[in-house]
Amino acid sequence: MVKKKFDIGPYLYLLPALVIIIVFRLVPIVLSFVVSFYEWTINGAGDFIGFANYQKLLTDPDFWQSMLNTFYLVIFVVPLSLFLSLVFANFLNGITKLRAFFRTVYYIPTVTSMVAVSIVWKMIYNQETGLMNYLLGLIGIEPLGWLAESRGIFQLMFGSAVPAWAGGPSLALFSIIILTIWKGLGYNTIIYLAGLQNIPETYYEAASIDGANKFTKFFKITLPMVSPTTFYVLMMTTITTFQVFSQIYLMTGPGAATGGPLGTTKVIVYYLYEQGFDKQNLSYASAIALVVFFIILSLTLFQRRLEKKVHY
Amino acid sequence: MQDKKIFTYIILGFCGLFMIMPFAWMLATSVKSQLEINKGNNGFLPYVEVDYLDLAGDGELLRCKILKPAPGDSLWINIFDENDVIIASYLKVQASKVTHKKSIKLFFSNFAVAWEQVPFGRYFLNTVFVSGISVLGVIITGSLAAYAFARMRFKGKEFIFYLFISMMMVPQPVYLIPSYILLHHLGWLNTYYALIVPWLANIFTIFLLRQQFKSLPQELFDAAAIDGCSRFGALWRIVLPLSKGVIATAAIFAFIGSWNSFMWPLVMTDSEELRVLQVGLSYFSDSASSQTALLMAASTFSILPLVLLFLIAQKQIMASFVSSGLKG
Repeated sequence: MVKKKFDIGPYLYLLPALVIIIVFRLVPIVLSFVVSFYEWTINGAGDFIGFANYQKLLTDPDFWQSMLNTFYLVIFVVPLSLFLSLVFANFLNGITKLRAFFRTVYYIPTVTSMVAVSIVWKMIYNQETGLMNYLLGLIGIEPLGWLAESRGIFQLMFGSAVPAWAGGPSLALFSIIILTIWKGLGYNTIIYLAGLQNIPETYYEAASIDGANKFTKFFKITLPMVSPTTFYVLMMTTITTFQVFSQIYLMTGPGAATGGPLGTTKVIVYYLYEQGFDKQNLSYASAIALVVFFIILSLTLFQRRLEKKVHY
Repeated sequence: MQDKKIFTYIILGFCGLFMIMPFAWMLATSVKSQLEINKGNNGFLPYVEVDYLDLAGDGELLRCKILKPAPGDSLWINIFDENDVIIASYLKVQASKVTHKKSIKLFFSNFAVAWEQVPFGRYFLNTVFVSGISVLGVIITGSLAAYAFARMRFKGKEFIFYLFISMMMVPQPVYLIPSYILLHHLGWLNTYYALIVPWLANIFTIFLLRQQFKSLPQELFDAAAIDGCSRFGALWRIVLPLSKGVIATAAIFAFIGSWNSFMWPLVMTDSEELRVLQVGLSYFSDSASSQTALLMAASTFSILPLVLLFLIAQKQIMASFVSSGLKG
């Protein structure tokens, strides 16, 4: 056989996408490592400072506070969202009439912009003119501070006997947790629904013959069979929750007060934005970005490993 | 069996209500009068409360407006006729003779006021321009690259493909700062280039189209080659026409992503002429922070185009979730 002549064709087809992705994706990703090791201003590189930015991070209370806030966000949003979307999807899978209608209703928050819904929810949480306190008023409950309340939810629930460190996320952060779950629920539900519809009906029929009840079927068939979907949803929700920014920017601000009250809603990506663009600490912000990157990367790898172990 | 279904529907309906409640409240509030909102009308009904005077105590009501309280449990009021003309002013009456009635009144003018207060028209044009060009670019670069990945053999294919896929997982905040530095050195900060050029290719689109292009039967391409169809001809005449559905889905996703993107345009531009809708809306929420009704009106018309697009294209979008190979 004659050795084929080098064919440049495929590379020409690839070229436009390749150029854009290399210049505007790969280069910045590599550059973010470099920037974090230099004293970098907008005009260019300054002195090499090694790990100084990372050392500074270790003793920066604002950084740790924002890590804690992000942790709260993830630990509340991810399990609740997964649980609720699986339940919704199960109910949706059980009906035929109106299924498309409900699917649409649940999905609408997902296509609307985070900016617009943040504004809507900010007004819903407004202490004087919001819907939440209006509804609480109807059932005779005292109005709450919502986005202005810095006390932890466990403290509010169980009284001041709960020490501050065990107080949990502030009510302000919890308000944002509710919005974040609501916003992403439709997407997760649709993905779960697609997963459920891939389970062969014969499995359930066989189980019925063996006399399995509804709960047994759910735990022995549904849950194991949708586990690939669960891992996908788990990973996507974790990654997107880590990147929460718009809600914070719009809801607990404006300006210097953003991330309040008392910094209890300042999440890591908002802190990155504040350092990078309000304070123009580009290299410090890059160090924060890389911490975010490695956390997300290790979570992804961890979940992958877990997935391989539990895969059916 | 039937009873259980009803139970399911009730739960689904209840959850559905929770999901659309914020939008229902947004719509209701967008047509309320700000005065009523501040007075405590914070539910779902856009009513106004009107004062009436029952002068003779016989149930015949005259419309009036309370001006201020007067000593001795009475009030200063103005009285109006049917045409809103004052027929008596600064009348002192007993407070017990004044009653209030609620009537539904919709202030559609809020939409016009919000639209005029900041240049939302400009914001919309900017967004349509930026999103339109980006989507066009994404589909062109995506089709070409996906065609190469799906139907050609070349050195480094696997490597480039996995490079792309691994970069897809890198979240935007990670490359935001260096992108800002890069765009600064290109002199593109605060220009349309910064909003468009970096988004002219999209890895997810390439991935989606590659799946589709791979699924086309090889016989089609063999037949085309026999008929003397060039490589580009096969893409243009065979692949693209057969992939309309997936291309439309990819375009819709890219459009939604572009339309809703916020952090990137917020950081990369700061002049008012370049503001896209999301950035403009966020500035508006600052400047009109106490104007609940106007904010809800602005949110409504910002959300509307995408919700309409989604309602039109939802079958396509939903079908793509089932078939996009998320089975793992």
